[in-house]
Amino acid sequence: MTALQDGFFPRLARSEALLGLLEQAQALDVRRSLAADRLDERDFLILLSPAAEPFLEETAQRAREETIRHFGRTVQLFTPLYLANVCTNRCVYCGFNARRGVARRVLTLEQVAEEAEAIAATGLRRILALTGDAPARTGADYLAACVEVLARRFTSVGIEVPSMTVEEYSRVREAGADGMTMFQETYNETLYSSLHPAGPKRNFAFRLDAPQRAILGGMRSINLGALLGLDDWRRDIFFTGLHADFLQRRYPEQEISVSLPRLRPCGALSRSPEELAFTPRPVQDRHFVQALVALRCFLPQAGITLSTRESASLRDRLIPLGVTRVSAGVSTAVGGHAAEESKENGASQFDISDPRSVDEMVAAIEALGYQPVFTDWLLPGRDDLPPGIRAALGQDNFYYSDFR
Amino acid sequence: MEDSAAAPDDVLRLGGRDLRSRLFIGTGKFGSDALIPDVARASGAGVITVALRRVDRSLRGGDVLARIPADMQLLPNTSGARTAAEAVRIARLARAAGCGDWIKIEVISDTRNLLPDGYETARATEILAKEGFVVLPYMSPDLYVARSLAGAGAAAVMPLGAPIGSNRGLATKELIAILIAEIPLPVIVDAGIGRPSHACEAMEMGAAACLVNTAIATARQPVAMARAFGLAVAAGRLAFLAGPGRVLRDGARASSPEEDSLTGFLPLEERQA
Repeated sequence: MTALQDGFFPRLARSEALLGLLEQAQALDVRRSLAADRLDERDFLILLSPAAEPFLEETAQRAREETIRHFGRTVQLFTPLYLANVCTNRCVYCGFNARRGVARRVLTLEQVAEEAEAIAATGLRRILALTGDAPARTGADYLAACVEVLARRFTSVGIEVPSMTVEEYSRVREAGADGMTMFQETYNETLYSSLHPAGPKRNFAFRLDAPQRAILGGMRSINLGALLGLDDWRRDIFFTGLHADFLQRRYPEQEISVSLPRLRPCGALSRSPEELAFTPRPVQDRHFVQALVALRCFLPQAGITLSTRESASLRDRLIPLGVTRVSAGVSTAVGGHAAEESKENGASQFDISDPRSVDEMVAAIEALGYQPVFTDWLLPGRDDLPPGIRAALGQDNFYYSDFR
Repeated sequence: MEDSAAAPDDVLRLGGRDLRSRLFIGTGKFGSDALIPDVARASGAGVITVALRRVDRSLRGGDVLARIPADMQLLPNTSGARTAAEAVRIARLARAAGCGDWIKIEVISDTRNLLPDGYETARATEILAKEGFVVLPYMSPDLYVARSLAGAGAAAVMPLGAPIGSNRGLATKELIAILIAEIPLPVIVDAGIGRPSHACEAMEMGAAACLVNTAIATARQPVAMARAFGLAVAAGRLAFLAGPGRVLRDGARASSPEEDSLTGFLPLEERQA
């Protein structure tokens, strides 16, 4: 479990020296950075600085223009599927924290299939499977088995699970997953230790290298993020962008995208002393927007995901500024799609702010003059055909090998 | 559009079809697929490309294929493929899904610049041409790659004018001119065309056609822009057929039609002295 020789850490350490720019940047620097053809890391940092705040509208204009040029007026839809919430970590900000007295569940493969059925019925074709961190119960074997079930229903299956080894990623990839999401939570190593007092997740470097190991294991699309509200947002967004840039340059064939998860409350039950000692650093809306548009200008080709952690009205306004993927019909409870009761038993990872169904989300996106995209992905390495094509052929069991 | 052909007898013969319009359009990036029929009509285009990865015929009303006018030639593309093998699989899928025999090969393994991989594209072209596909490969305007593609059985070559989605126009103009002069296949300029004037210029140079997507789909009024592109392509083609005068780099030159034979009255030996 040592750090990768050619991982992101050296770049992270080197770029810390630039952080002084956040305070030093002047209006003139912001103008110059905004006019740059392609932003470098200094320009990016300048757009994240307090000096850039008066230029939010200009930055937003550029972000919108870049987004339309590269993605058009389209937004992908996906939904998370919580497979399990058993967890051995004690992340002080999380509702699945090992010390929380919440009901724990691990879906059986039959239940996974039921969830998949319920989600697919809404028209969604892209799914993100999540678990807590409990290697003995929900490790790579369990995950691969679940992914195999999901891959029959969805054209794209992503995973958001604890850091794994290259071999484990490769196994899950073979089972049919094509994407991996990993939130570093914070790129501040000292803070990271205090927020993760126990459990396998304590290993900062192993998590930092996880996206790269996933690529080495064959994962095709990688999604990064920092949980905004833990450290200074400017700093964590800066390193998120650099991390994405690092991976994009090193693995240009991979699809690298970023998320902007903002810390949400996660129930008020039974907080432990270490949870009570945690003080969030809330991110105001205008700063959240600044983070989004700066990321878009720095990474014009990267997908940007916005989850239901944000409210419906804010999400609708942010789509034109650079968001290319949104979740819809979300439940953060295990088994929350097929069974009504799990929606109400309180065992969710965090409280969502946008409860809109897939149909409602579709209508909202269309009202903005944007097109909701359910599928834009074929996994040519997989043997069975995507459901949409299968329907075209009127055949249920049609395999690539049939016409090889 | 009423009649988008530049001249009554001027058709582009491709894959067994005679195309009157030399504009090809795309289906990506539109705010709504519902615009596609109107865009197609206004453009006058006869060929329309669609990413197979976006096709999902099981969606209620969300199937992009259902929006495409029946008389248009469908050109599925292999967008999303990173290798020849992936492009080949997507092409076969497209055929199996009823999208016909035409295929635009896109093999891109650089997500930062979205430039096509010429080697992989040539490999895929060779395999698919042998299987009877009408293969239209998207490529960087490189003479050697173009020759490989021609040798591999491509029906045309589709060099980029500028990086995809950049709207920068004919940034690769000199290289495209070489392909037009050297490659015995239709040269269809694809990608980078941001304005009708860019498309017009490509046609004046002798390009066989232009494929335009982003510039139409992201215009404030896509239908009006589609019509503008249809007109520009027809105008450029007409100008090409009419034989435009040479553009001179330095200074001016007399515009007399006799300029090429000003010394024609002299005996041959004296002219060469």
